Amino acid sequence: MKKKILLFILLIVPFHSHALIEVDITRGNLNPLPVAVSPLSIDEKTKKKFNEILNKKDIGAEISSIVERNLKTSGLFNPLDNKAFLQKPDIANLKPRFEDWKLIKAQALITGKVSYENEKLRVEFRLWDILAGREMMALAFTTVPTNWRRVGHIITDKVYERLTGEKGYFDTRIIYVAEDGPKTSRIKKLAIMDQDGSNNKFLTLGNELVLTPRFNPTSQMVTYLSYFRNLPRVYLLDIETGTQEVVGDFPGMTFAPRFSPDGKKIIMSFAKDGNSDIYTMDLENRVVDRITNHPSIDTSPSYSPDGKYICFNSDRSGYQQIYIMDSSGKNVKRISFGNGLYGTPVWSPRGDLIAFTKLHKGKFYIGVMRTDGSGERLLTENFYQEAPSWSPNGRVLIFYRETKTDDQGKGFSAKLWSIDLTGYNERQVLTPTDASDPSWSSLLSN
Amino acid sequence: MRFNKILRNTLLVILACFALSACATKKVSTQMQGDVYTGTDTVEYLASGVPDRVFFATNESVLTTASRETLRKQASWLRKNSKITIVLEGHADERGTREYNLALGERRANAAKDYLMTYGISSDRISVLSYGKERPVDSGSNPLAWSKNRRSVTVKAN
Repeated sequence: MKKKILLFILLIVPFHSHALIEVDITRGNLNPLPVAVSPLSIDEKTKKKFNEILNKKDIGAEISSIVERNLKTSGLFNPLDNKAFLQKPDIANLKPRFEDWKLIKAQALITGKVSYENEKLRVEFRLWDILAGREMMALAFTTVPTNWRRVGHIITDKVYERLTGEKGYFDTRIIYVAEDGPKTSRIKKLAIMDQDGSNNKFLTLGNELVLTPRFNPTSQMVTYLSYFRNLPRVYLLDIETGTQEVVGDFPGMTFAPRFSPDGKKIIMSFAKDGNSDIYTMDLENRVVDRITNHPSIDTSPSYSPDGKYICFNSDRSGYQQIYIMDSSGKNVKRISFGNGLYGTPVWSPRGDLIAFTKLHKGKFYIGVMRTDGSGERLLTENFYQEAPSWSPNGRVLIFYRETKTDDQGKGFSAKLWSIDLTGYNERQVLTPTDASDPSWSSLLSN
Repeated sequence: MRFNKILRNTLLVILACFALSACATKKVSTQMQGDVYTGTDTVEYLASGVPDRVFFATNESVLTTASRETLRKQASWLRKNSKITIVLEGHADERGTREYNLALGERRANAAKDYLMTYGISSDRISVLSYGKERPVDSGSNPLAWSKNRRSVTVKAN
């Protein structure tokens, strides 16, 4: 099923330490870098061939427009209108006339070429530094033609990494809950799509309520809550094969599942007699461990990326707050002390921050704090929003937002949104239906 | 003449608005005590005089006096109908995170279960199911709607 993308490096231009283009992603970017994405050049014969296979008139331009959209969505780059480009794609790819690109104020240029070789799609691309007048990177990929969208995402990841110094997050997928129907009886299905909303696919039929899907960081497995036969339990789903199974044999509701960073355990809540505690189950030997044992509600557990700590949500102080503890359950320590209630803590893949949902004076916020609770920053405020999930590079959060209904109870909707860690660049992530509970995958290729 | 008529109609409409809004606020205050729902809009009956649900304050799972009375009625009905088994469905309002609300719904349903058990109903006859905030009865986004949704509903299972 899984189509591997072959990647090989054509040329490596030695990286100069005095590279002129640098994008600082630690601050909100008010001056996105102007970049020109020249359509990938393609000859007429190749165009025709791919039109036959993929029903796309100009696959070169299609791939380029994916790169362009990705760069724009990141908020760090400002792709220039390609009508202003003076140089033809094929010539630009050989040797750009830097003066021409300077004229339209481009600081970086992406060029490339598409060809058809041994029934495969071959794409090469180059990244140019316009001001310094030199090539920064050149790579080529070969893959099955149907993988063309992923080529666009991988090119973006490479460009992002070269210009920001950090890994990208474009060749990734989002698993979420697709919603439909009246608020009092929503139909919910698991759905998966590319990070940019394309290739949307429903994974369940909507016969039973499903909630909170989460990716395994190391494989294409998903854990989620299903009300199959009216028994709310944590399930494991292999999205390649479609096989699923209940996790463990608990005499009551299990919920709020997440994988450990190595993908070998599931951590979740188990509710019994009005009390929810945190448990883990080892997926190899099926051993179940109880992590918390407290008469309060303990839920929404999330591991630190090194697996040594767990952050979780508990109302042991009387109200919902965020706590951290050792992965064994020892040394429980409250870290949220601001005004209001705190929920859904999620540890950043970089390890330094915990994202959360906060309820204060009737408003919901998505925010981040350091792992000792200091440095709280609220990124966005709304009537209702919750459940942030990190991009694999820890720079972007995706979450869902629900609207207030009117006096007749009409006008409800649930949508996915993303925001930068800086609090800038808030965007709706378009989905074919209403949506909630998003979870971001790891990078599919590296 | 015509102008007068318009003026009179406008006045009537304004008066009607006042009357209606007065009613609306009055209705709210008589349907909630603190923020616990005390009305009967959404309540169904397991048998004559036996309401099927109890309501809770925000973030709470404590049974109110009225809730305990309702549960005593349910217990006595269950004692008379000893073959009946029930599911207690616990719910929360939409003003909380999904996962915490699942736990809260479970806690609410168990509060009702514990009370029924103290009135002689065997735990074998009771199962508990939390829906968190997934199944509101009122789709409104206002305090009255939320109060109706914070509930534990006793449902016949057989």
